[in-house]
Amino acid sequence: MHSFARTHATEVALLAVITVICTVLSFATSNFFSLGNAFDLLNTSSVNIIFAVGLLVVLIAGGIDISFAVAASVVQYGTAIALGWIGGGGWISGLVIAGSIGICLGAINALLIHRFRVISIVATISTFNIYFGLLMFFTKGVSIYDLPEWLTDRVVLFEHEMADGSWIEITLPVLVMVLCVIATWVLITRTTTGRQLYAFGDNPEGARRFGINIGAMQFIAFGWLGLMAGIGGLVQAHYAQEVVPNALYGRELDVLAAVVLGGARLGGGKGSVLGCVLGVLLVAITQNGLNLMGVSPFAFKMIVGAIILVAITLSNTSIERLFPFASQKGARR
Amino acid sequence: MHQLANTGGSEKPLLSLHDINMTFGGVKALKNVSFDVRPGEVHCLAGENGCGKSTLIKIITGVYRPADGASIEYDGETYSHMSPVTAQDRGIQVIWQDLALFPEMSVAENIAFQTVLGRWPKLVDYGRMRKIATDALKRLGITLDVDLPLKDYAIAQRQIVAIARALVGQAKLVFMDEPTASLTQSETDHLLDIVRGLSAAGVAVVFVSHRLAEVLEISSRITVLRDGALVGVYPAAGMTQSRITELMTGKTFDQQVRARPRGDQPVVLDVKGLSRPGQFDDISLTVRRGETLGITGLLGAGRTELAQTLFGMLKPAAGTITLEGRPVHFSSNRDAIKAGVAYLSEDRLSLGLIQPQSIADNLVISSLGKIMSGAFLSDERKRRLVAGWIADLGVKIGRQGDPISTLSGGNQQRVAIAKWLATDPKLLILDSPTVGVDVGARAGIFDIVSKLAETGLAIILISDEVPEVYFNADRVLHMAQGRIVGEYDPRVVPLAEIEGAVYA
Amino acid sequence: MTSFSDRLKAWFGPEMAGPGLALIAVILVFGLASPQFLSAATFGSVAFQLPELGLLTLAMLLPILTGGLNLAVTFTANIAGLTLAWVLQANGGADAGAGAFALGCILAVAVGAASGVVMGLVIAFTRAHPILVSLSMMIFLRGLGEFLTRGGDVSGFPAFIGPLGHGSIAGIPVPLIVFIVCVLAWHVLLTRTKLGFNTYMIGSNLEATRYSGINTRKVIVLVYTLSGAMCAIAGIIMLARFNSVRIGHGESYLLITVLACFLGGVNPFGGFGRVIPVFVALIVLQLLSSGLNLIGANQHLATAVWGLLLVGVMVLRFAASKFKISFVRKGT
Repeated sequence: MHSFARTHATEVALLAVITVICTVLSFATSNFFSLGNAFDLLNTSSVNIIFAVGLLVVLIAGGIDISFAVAASVVQYGTAIALGWIGGGGWISGLVIAGSIGICLGAINALLIHRFRVISIVATISTFNIYFGLLMFFTKGVSIYDLPEWLTDRVVLFEHEMADGSWIEITLPVLVMVLCVIATWVLITRTTTGRQLYAFGDNPEGARRFGINIGAMQFIAFGWLGLMAGIGGLVQAHYAQEVVPNALYGRELDVLAAVVLGGARLGGGKGSVLGCVLGVLLVAITQNGLNLMGVSPFAFKMIVGAIILVAITLSNTSIERLFPFASQKGARR
Repeated sequence: MHQLANTGGSEKPLLSLHDINMTFGGVKALKNVSFDVRPGEVHCLAGENGCGKSTLIKIITGVYRPADGASIEYDGETYSHMSPVTAQDRGIQVIWQDLALFPEMSVAENIAFQTVLGRWPKLVDYGRMRKIATDALKRLGITLDVDLPLKDYAIAQRQIVAIARALVGQAKLVFMDEPTASLTQSETDHLLDIVRGLSAAGVAVVFVSHRLAEVLEISSRITVLRDGALVGVYPAAGMTQSRITELMTGKTFDQQVRARPRGDQPVVLDVKGLSRPGQFDDISLTVRRGETLGITGLLGAGRTELAQTLFGMLKPAAGTITLEGRPVHFSSNRDAIKAGVAYLSEDRLSLGLIQPQSIADNLVISSLGKIMSGAFLSDERKRRLVAGWIADLGVKIGRQGDPISTLSGGNQQRVAIAKWLATDPKLLILDSPTVGVDVGARAGIFDIVSKLAETGLAIILISDEVPEVYFNADRVLHMAQGRIVGEYDPRVVPLAEIEGAVYA
Repeated sequence: MTSFSDRLKAWFGPEMAGPGLALIAVILVFGLASPQFLSAATFGSVAFQLPELGLLTLAMLLPILTGGLNLAVTFTANIAGLTLAWVLQANGGADAGAGAFALGCILAVAVGAASGVVMGLVIAFTRAHPILVSLSMMIFLRGLGEFLTRGGDVSGFPAFIGPLGHGSIAGIPVPLIVFIVCVLAWHVLLTRTKLGFNTYMIGSNLEATRYSGINTRKVIVLVYTLSGAMCAIAGIIMLARFNSVRIGHGESYLLITVLACFLGGVNPFGGFGRVIPVFVALIVLQLLSSGLNLIGANQHLATAVWGLLLVGVMVLRFAASKFKISFVRKGT
């Protein structure tokens, strides 16, 4: 435990903050502390968590991606059209199509970054504008409502009525989210490729000298985010039961803030799946709690923004003073 | 001095290079170089910066491909060029100067990187990784917690990790590029012991270092390069530091003690009882007008911290600083600069100069007030100020607007000195001014220092190379573990006595 | 001739090549494609559209030069506009006098600068990444604005404000005049003042700049403060043009401002970049969208083309550097 606290200071700090917030909310509101609400939170956070673990991989590899959320919108349209061609399809074919389109869009970023040496923020701001502009141009801003039935039907995998009358539900988005989280965790902690991604983000020149294929790293990182964006896009369409071209516009920065809150570092080499999920949940729990406390929905974002600003300020100044066991200098001579 | 039992003898070489040529953007980096290493020997590669040492190492390890016609014979096989994969598979390892480690990853991952992380995707075997790392460290007689991230360890331990990594892959030939540059003396001694151990175990080591004392102590043969060409291969026995320097630069150096008495001059800096816990303790010293005070001591003796305190970047816990009779309390280095203190950082690349920016901007940054015309900066004043200093200090530049990084180390250091002289200092602190400066260009730097002292500037010259302060300072202070433990007059005391005290 | 080209280079710097070529290409292509392109109408539409994006881009430029980013520019502009709107409403709405307008402008600039001060202080003292600090400021300001306006419009301003958004003086649109004054101010700031000099130095190496005796924290706080104040000017112009304030106005400009800076040759890592090439890049972007409008496309296609243009310029720069290296190698 001591060692975990030292090597995972951010995650421990996030857990502590989440615990404090939950404790406060449990006393302040009557229905925050219920399993029903907890599962509700998971259901609503699924799409963001899927995006977040994808973005995490790119951040670990030392890149940044602004384009993934609008890429997900492109995927939604592309998938809807492709499903029309094949006459409906199902969840499997839908996920395969969405994932493939997502990977292709991610690969365009990787191509610009690796082949033409455009730095990732420039490349992805360009593709952000290209994807979004073309999407709005070709769709003329029109939404799609007549999606296949399997896509809009709520899939409840598990439900149970609690003693207090509230329902516990695990829906398909949660299952997909859990699978994405596990897959990302396996990729970055258990496979050699994942460790190479960390190494590449940590010290690109060192990685190059050890014969790591730099191009492959870029394509894997951005391809993985593309895959997650594709899957997340499809799940979002399922959740919203419609496809709106600018529904995900602006989501990229919210997800980025949550991932970085979870301990990933802009510049690469650092970040964990646990921290990333906790970062998204912290924001979601805060919003959910404020909602239950009867705070105006217009005030949510303001308070969330203030919390992130304070969290970033604190984590850069005195995390070692707040949590002495998290000190990095303990092992120095 | 230690003598090595294994001097290689007349065995067949492990590595033998012939006709190595390499061109970068029209510049010949290597010209018909030959080089050979015998099994189990410690071989030193010596030469000034830019002589082609690093290029040669990169050719042997497959990072670069030499021009056609090259032959690389290694362990019974002949190659026209190497690839990083072949070199690693055949037991050639490099410990790069920048170590090429991964600070966020665990010690185990850093050590077992090549072996376990392989080239094709598979699941990571953390158990095997830990075992490999622990075994490699055990061979070096070191215990570290292999699960901690590398960034938790200090530079000396990271060096050990880099060596351990090189040993994992059944190394036969290990290159060490400036392995002692950032180590203290005791850490260096430990490293040299490890090198001897490797040699005794039959691993050949090619050692690159600018510290010639080390080179003579550890190696059996020395290959000298100059301007990309081979000067010769010499047995270490019978070599002296000055002979190697001559071979490296093609010039002879006849160093004279420059010390002059300055006791009659007014005191510029008077420091009494200055302390910072854990860094330096009870430091008292004076520097007079026109005097050059040398401060030497090993890395970690507190010299740089003392200098930064005098420059206002660190605050003393106790003691007084008096500048020209007035007590001063600096709250930042801006106060110090205003009061007439200038500090040339030891880290020219990342603290001393702003590498991507122009020569002119680097020179004027600390004295912007001088190039103002009314409320605005004047390009004309800037150009004239820069031209004046460039001429005064004999800096060789193309255009004032070229990036400072296009200059050689010696010329960069001249610009850095000019930048501080432009602030009209009364006291100039030079912290290791010859780091990264070619041996041939060092004398030029010290000529400037000497001329500045003649004009009445008080100078503190800090260096861990005792001869540098011995020959160029009027008085020499010896710092050890944060205290001043000795004061010497170079006109009276022989160099060997000070070296004996410092390196003891 | 050489001295003339040298002087040109000194004025524009090497950053000018990309936007300069793009400008010529855009004028040629659309001039040939549509006879109405080279006309007063095009000039008019560009002149009125340029200032909003342009002022926000100036606000983005300074932080990028220090190696940072200010993602809060659009919402800072909104909040500043809101400040002015309230002052006007508190003083009689459509009947408010010039005094109220002046007071409102001062307060708006103060509010914009305040948002910059907070970001600057956090960035300078905690060394938190500017992307994160300005991102959370953006989320905060967006929330604050939506909370205060309940997502609606604030309108009903005195008529004399209209010319600030739509009027012309001697045939030159007033917003364009404001913008050009700001461009010149930024140009002088960056090339002629200590603050500008230090901004570039910090962008290349903050620690080395601090060792040189520069108060780097002060410079960073000032840079973000000025950035915030420039956002406020953009917010005032936007208020005058739309005759209303709504949180989210100009939101889509955010990443375009970054794109315009990069297109103008600003180094994404900081330390290098000039105002004039960025100004030219902005003209290119507006000409592109006006030209596309003429041939029947809409703003969304223009957005996509902007993205393609940045990719194109980056790829050309990459190709040019490759060509230079191979040329040098072959040349000797």
